[in-house]
Amino acid sequence: MRAPATIVPPTWPAVIIGGSAGALPLLPGLLAALPVDLPAAVAVVLHVRASSDGSFARHLGERCPLPTRLAESGARFAPGVVHVAPPGYHLLVDEGPTLALSVDPPVAYVRPSIDVAFESAADVFRAALVAVVLSGANEDGRVGALRVARLGGRVLVQAPATAAAPTMPEAVLAAVPEARSIDPTELSAMIRQALARGARRGEQTG
Amino acid sequence: MGGDTDIDPDLEDAEVAGLIAALRARYGHDFADYTTASLRRRLRNALSALGLEGFGQLQHRALREPELMRALLDLIAVRVTGLFRDPWVFAALRTAVLPVLATYPRIAIWVAGCATGEEVYSLAILLHEAGLLRRTRIYATDLSDAALDRAREGVYAAGAVRDATTAYLEAGGQASFADYYTAAYGRISLAPFLRRDVVFSDHSLATDSAFAEVHLVMCRNVLIYFQPRLQTRAVGVFLDSLVRRGFLCLGTRESLLRTGHVDAFEAFDGASRIYRRR
Repeated sequence: MRAPATIVPPTWPAVIIGGSAGALPLLPGLLAALPVDLPAAVAVVLHVRASSDGSFARHLGERCPLPTRLAESGARFAPGVVHVAPPGYHLLVDEGPTLALSVDPPVAYVRPSIDVAFESAADVFRAALVAVVLSGANEDGRVGALRVARLGGRVLVQAPATAAAPTMPEAVLAAVPEARSIDPTELSAMIRQALARGARRGEQTG
Repeated sequence: MGGDTDIDPDLEDAEVAGLIAALRARYGHDFADYTTASLRRRLRNALSALGLEGFGQLQHRALREPELMRALLDLIAVRVTGLFRDPWVFAALRTAVLPVLATYPRIAIWVAGCATGEEVYSLAILLHEAGLLRRTRIYATDLSDAALDRAREGVYAAGAVRDATTAYLEAGGQASFADYYTAAYGRISLAPFLRRDVVFSDHSLATDSAFAEVHLVMCRNVLIYFQPRLQTRAVGVFLDSLVRRGFLCLGTRESLLRTGHVDAFEAFDGASRIYRRR
């Protein structure tokens, strides 16, 4: 009997970084430490006010060797660009892989929702995914991180003691046994390490 | 992988494909070219909202119970909107598009994907303040009958007033937003004169064709839910409907770039995603 079909996995891994209160100051440095030839698709989901004009995306990428911009609906989700969820829109990862936007209602009062991004990315990237959870004052990201882990991806969490708002990292660490607490200064290196492992794991199970 | 769709995206994929095919066969609704991630998410949420266990059960009942289908349609096909959403877009319409529309003796506007109607009423207010409402017919269409019913009523939660008032002013409102509604029992009812020449009707951008010649099409945050092939189809229907030099207004994060019709339009106001048919 033939085994059930699976969706064709992307040929590269992905990193989705989610954060809320206290995460913004961390990001320029985190992104700056990513190599220009990072062989992974990268997206950032931050809780910013819907009325924000999105210029913060350029600020995030000031020192980043990769171009950093607001995600466009339908954009190819491939290495070489850092895609930032636009204010007031959910960001989803779709087959392709491509990025999709949605104006569905806020989830737990937030849009973009980190859970929505993590869950959709997990369905597409499975084990070839690294979900990063930064400082935040709510629990967005907890449910999504759990799905990431259950589908074989890695979950890295900013060490709560280093977070301006530890609620979000703590919630994920409590809910996801496989999640790892990382000091912010080591996050970029850990992301790259996890990506390399995830890519290898993806090859083994694919 | 186990049989639990909760953690088996491939099983879920197969069930959703079956559901889509069944709904098309039974009702003619075609969701095959909607973007997958969003559709799946909405279907998952619909299961909880409808109190159902899985897609199999949903399919079984949706095929047999039109009322459930109506509720499902409302959950998966409707975007949530607000009065004067993205006010700068309405400001651009007011200052740059309405003066052109004013040169026509009779004006026709199509709001495609009108949902619960807020965009329609926002437009009507703009037109009224420009002295154009009397010679304008607005066609307001959506996939969901339940949403159309609510749009016809023009009744919204009173909690929407504060944001709507701010947005109305940012859009360049010339009077007072309070002039356009009456409040009672925690809700606001928009003034009946605003919908005097509005035709609410169901229409599917996946299966239906142009039905009227119009000077402006508003279709905001609908294309983001469509795969490129369906986006192209939808914009093709808009092209069939628009007069030469007519206007198309998309959502602020949308563009014609992934459609096959990008060359049929020129950019009119980039920030507001207003295009003009060549």
